[in-house]
Amino acid sequence: MTALVRHRLFWPAAVLLLLLAANVAFTPGFLSIEMKDGHLYGSLIDIFRFGAPLILVAIGMTLVIATGGIDLSVGSVVAISGALACLHISGLPDQNDVGGVLTAVGLALGLALVLGAWNGFLVAGIGIQPIIATLIIMVAGRGLAQLITDGQIVTVNSASYKLIGGGYWLTLPFSILIVLAVLALTAFLTRRLALGMLVESIGGNATASRLAGIRSRGLTVAVYAFCALCAGIAGLMISSNVSSADGNNAGLWIELDAILAVVIGGTSLMGGRFSLGGTVLGALVIQTLTTTIYSIGIPPETTLLFKALVVTVVCLVQSPAFREKVFQRRGRRRPAAPQATDDEKVEVPA
Amino acid sequence: MAPPAPILQMSGICKEFPGVKALSGVDFRLLPGEVHALMGENGAGKSTLIKVLTGVYDIDGGRITLNGQDVVFAGPLQAQQAGISTVYQEVNLCANLSVAENIFIGREPRRLGRIQWKRMRRRAAELLAGLDLHIDVSAPLSSYSLAVQQMVAIARAVDISARVLILDEPTSSLDSGEVEQLFRVMRRLKAEGIAILFVSHFLDQIYEISDRMTILRNGSLVGEYLTSELGQVELVGKMIGRELADLEKLEDRPPARTSEPLVQTEALGRSGAIEPFTLTVHKGEVVGLAGLLGSGRTEIARLLFGADHASTGALRIDGEPVTLRTPRLAMNRGVAFCSENRRAEGLIPDLTVRENIVLALQAMRGWHRPIPRRTQDELVDKYVAALNIRPADPEQLVRNLSGGNQQKVLLARWLILEPRLLILDEPTRGIDVGAKAEIQRLVAELSDGGMAVLFVSAELEEVLRLSHKVAVLRDRKLVAELPNDDGLTTGVIMETIASGGRA
Amino acid sequence: MIVFKRMSALLLAGVTIMAAAGCGSGGDTTASAGGADDGKITMGFAQVGAESGWRTANTKSIQESAKAAGIELKFSDAQQKQENQIKAIRSYIQQKVDVIAFSPVVESGWDNVLKEAQTAKIPVILTDRAVDSADTSLYKTFLGSDFVEEGRKAGKWLVEEYKDSTDTVNIVELQGTTGSAPANDRKAGFAEVIGAESKFKVIASQTGDFTRAKGKEVMEAFLKSNPDIDVLYAHNDDMGLGAIEAIEGAGKVPGKDIKIITVDAVKDGMQALADGKINFIVECSPILGPQLMDLAKKVVAGEQVPARVLTEETTFTPEQAKAALPTRPY
Repeated sequence: MTALVRHRLFWPAAVLLLLLAANVAFTPGFLSIEMKDGHLYGSLIDIFRFGAPLILVAIGMTLVIATGGIDLSVGSVVAISGALACLHISGLPDQNDVGGVLTAVGLALGLALVLGAWNGFLVAGIGIQPIIATLIIMVAGRGLAQLITDGQIVTVNSASYKLIGGGYWLTLPFSILIVLAVLALTAFLTRRLALGMLVESIGGNATASRLAGIRSRGLTVAVYAFCALCAGIAGLMISSNVSSADGNNAGLWIELDAILAVVIGGTSLMGGRFSLGGTVLGALVIQTLTTTIYSIGIPPETTLLFKALVVTVVCLVQSPAFREKVFQRRGRRRPAAPQATDDEKVEVPA
Repeated sequence: MAPPAPILQMSGICKEFPGVKALSGVDFRLLPGEVHALMGENGAGKSTLIKVLTGVYDIDGGRITLNGQDVVFAGPLQAQQAGISTVYQEVNLCANLSVAENIFIGREPRRLGRIQWKRMRRRAAELLAGLDLHIDVSAPLSSYSLAVQQMVAIARAVDISARVLILDEPTSSLDSGEVEQLFRVMRRLKAEGIAILFVSHFLDQIYEISDRMTILRNGSLVGEYLTSELGQVELVGKMIGRELADLEKLEDRPPARTSEPLVQTEALGRSGAIEPFTLTVHKGEVVGLAGLLGSGRTEIARLLFGADHASTGALRIDGEPVTLRTPRLAMNRGVAFCSENRRAEGLIPDLTVRENIVLALQAMRGWHRPIPRRTQDELVDKYVAALNIRPADPEQLVRNLSGGNQQKVLLARWLILEPRLLILDEPTRGIDVGAKAEIQRLVAELSDGGMAVLFVSAELEEVLRLSHKVAVLRDRKLVAELPNDDGLTTGVIMETIASGGRA
Repeated sequence: MIVFKRMSALLLAGVTIMAAAGCGSGGDTTASAGGADDGKITMGFAQVGAESGWRTANTKSIQESAKAAGIELKFSDAQQKQENQIKAIRSYIQQKVDVIAFSPVVESGWDNVLKEAQTAKIPVILTDRAVDSADTSLYKTFLGSDFVEEGRKAGKWLVEEYKDSTDTVNIVELQGTTGSAPANDRKAGFAEVIGAESKFKVIASQTGDFTRAKGKEVMEAFLKSNPDIDVLYAHNDDMGLGAIEAIEGAGKVPGKDIKIITVDAVKDGMQALADGKINFIVECSPILGPQLMDLAKKVVAGEQVPARVLTEETTFTPEQAKAALPTRPY
């Protein structure tokens, strides 16, 4: 039991279950999943499907945060990628042409990679603080997206493109399959191969990592590029889902949700140790929260307040320091050692 | 004369971490107006006891009384308010603020809400003058040496609450003059009736300054002794729990020097860091670097490892000219470097002991070629056993280890690379006598096995004992290269440093 | 402590960059000195930004009709910042243009700059959005849509559509951005009309932020939690278009199983209307240009103009949409 409670994914998982339970209370059929036209259909599937772009962006963000950085530009990259792909497809003589759609996807993801590499170059090559370096594309990128779409909403009518964000394959929404594939790839790269440890090492102590022979510059650039790639895929998904690219609104504020998902998942903003599973849980918590708001029927005026309250509770419950304070009187032993050494660093000047 | 009543009394203190019993039934008392040394090997429980006392950790058992009253501190701030202040080895002040601001941060003298800067500076200057320190208090803290920063931290601590002062390894980064200055301050505070808890690995310092000592071993109390009644040999025996006559004996090294040079520098230098120097390290040779703090010892080490770029001169490894632009290139050539700054330049605190040990090897292989887990476990187990790393749990986070064991983890990181030149920068600083002897013996064994070692240490005895030859530095310049024959003594080295090699 | 300081420094730097980025685009207002007395009317126009397709069409309409009416137009884009807009208006005052027109980014905080214009004897026309100044003499007229009326039009169509039915009509509503004037007013106007009959029930109402993606997401959730939806009322076409996808995804037929009313009449919406997926669209026209130029000429000539001028707007049924589509400018 205590081992379960101590598991670092226990609290986000608990919050997720609680939210789902609240939904079941309001909508009894919430958990039911049925077959419709050969597709799985139900609220749980919806949560995954609508959460898919956020999960993708958050996965990339996790690695960036693990290096001790942050990427504010993902929202703009989402918009740019969707805009470029839709623009290309809208110019095709046959919008259903698979080759043309693949070219569009390639173009969009290629541009996303370039933007990510640029971020990485600014951070690792020039040494600009990540929050500033990525702010550049956050601001300028949305302008670029508007430039691509000419300020309009670019509508496409392509069944092949629609597959990415709105289609089904093997009874499952295609977007969920994409997320699973990216997640599996990321888990393989970081946990099966040694990427994860090296990234955690850079985030944990950059100087020491350099002196241990880690080529942190190249790795950092790669991580930012990967993050932008994830955002690019998310951008394709969002625009494909509604068959249109909206340079102004696509991916707006998704960077904040992604950062929140990473934090809820237990990865420290200071860098170092990260948890992909935690991030996915965190993103699902956020998406479930949104769905809950719709199904419980919370009036729009109080939506943000409600969200803020839940997020505050989640973050508090997540924080070992807070739990320690609240549960202190129970007189139980706690796993105090790891964070205690952290406290030591801050307390002395006081 | 009957001793005064203790100001602080800890009895039956127990503290357990998952899987580790850190303290079991420890008693400790502190009398006003004494310097009390807390002794023990790394991992004996000294730091844990201090953290329990200051409320960083809560206690699982036992009680603490301050001035006869039971106290429980929820954190260091509360402890401080009750009169217990701590100054750590690594000064934890705000380096970019001025000295005066650091002393008064959070409690600035104010009138009508506005900070009275002038009054603040005057009071800060008075306070430091009371510690015999006359410096410009409006300059940023970072412009002063570590020793001065420490004094400032002490001044702040004493000014806030002046009953119990805990000094956790304050001297490990200070030179002897600075240590003297610190001791003067400690004596002054002691005369004012402040109880000082002092932790240091330097036995000479313990005997110079402390009145009484409490010895811990493996989380248990060994005993409390008057310093004047316990000899050094007895003390060491009690700390490590066995007779260690062999510790003292590391026989004069047979000259293991082969004629084959491994690393040669020709007027290698870096402007602003180290003047061009020419030095040859042979295979199987231990070269000691001696010199005062800031004389360029670390700078030489960093150049040879590619951590900094040379601005002049040439470097040959195996007779081949090489340019080391990154540490990685040096590692490819078989050079390893264990930095003096464990925390900032060595450890990845969030990673486990295992991960820290295999990190450099993994970096060499690249991210796409992971070291199979079984190989990792074998390597790690081997070095954990060989270096006697405690606790012997590879999955423990390295930040939870004591200083000496962290140092051994770093050594293990480089040893599994089987380097040909191992550069050790202050590998024994801040660690206890037992671990120190182990590391010294290891260096000797490695060089006997054919590894070249560049050994940097502020302790001349150590340098002398281990090295085949000693390179002497002064003012960022290599001034002499002395073969370690029978004629070489610490006195000779010191004279060389003093004269700049002109003698 | 140190970490906190560093963070705040970063944030500060961030804000500065943002501000700088914002200022940069306001700069093109000082391009040319105003030619005041060559008989040709000079108009300074401070646009909100380019935040939507609607706005782009609005900008285009103003630029084109200025050219057609022989009015020299000085145009600036405020990037949705009041600060930039005030700067632009001040520079128009300095250049002594003949008339100033602008779409206020927000409702309040305009008194000072409007007084400056008044002192300089330059008439001001508001377009599209209103200001909340108590002193209405600060501007000559307000040209724009009546969002409440748009909501009423939508409601009236619905009442008419169900006039023979006595069953309960379950309505879901996709609101615009929470707190924005169009969202508030379109909701109010609609509620006012359908409130008269108890058979109309709004069973769910949630914001869709005026975007397709959000419209689709919210509609899916509506469909899950409410099995019997008869009517969807969306505050703009885009949300309606997103909702159509959601309805199709749930295996229902938009326009038949669920009747759809939207506001705006942009091209994609009109196409959907013509295809029968939307049943009724209330126009909210961005084509303010011709009316604006007309008003400007009158104001400069010293003629009296009404304090409130409504945009010429209509409504569309599928048949009207089919007819209008080929000639629709936006």
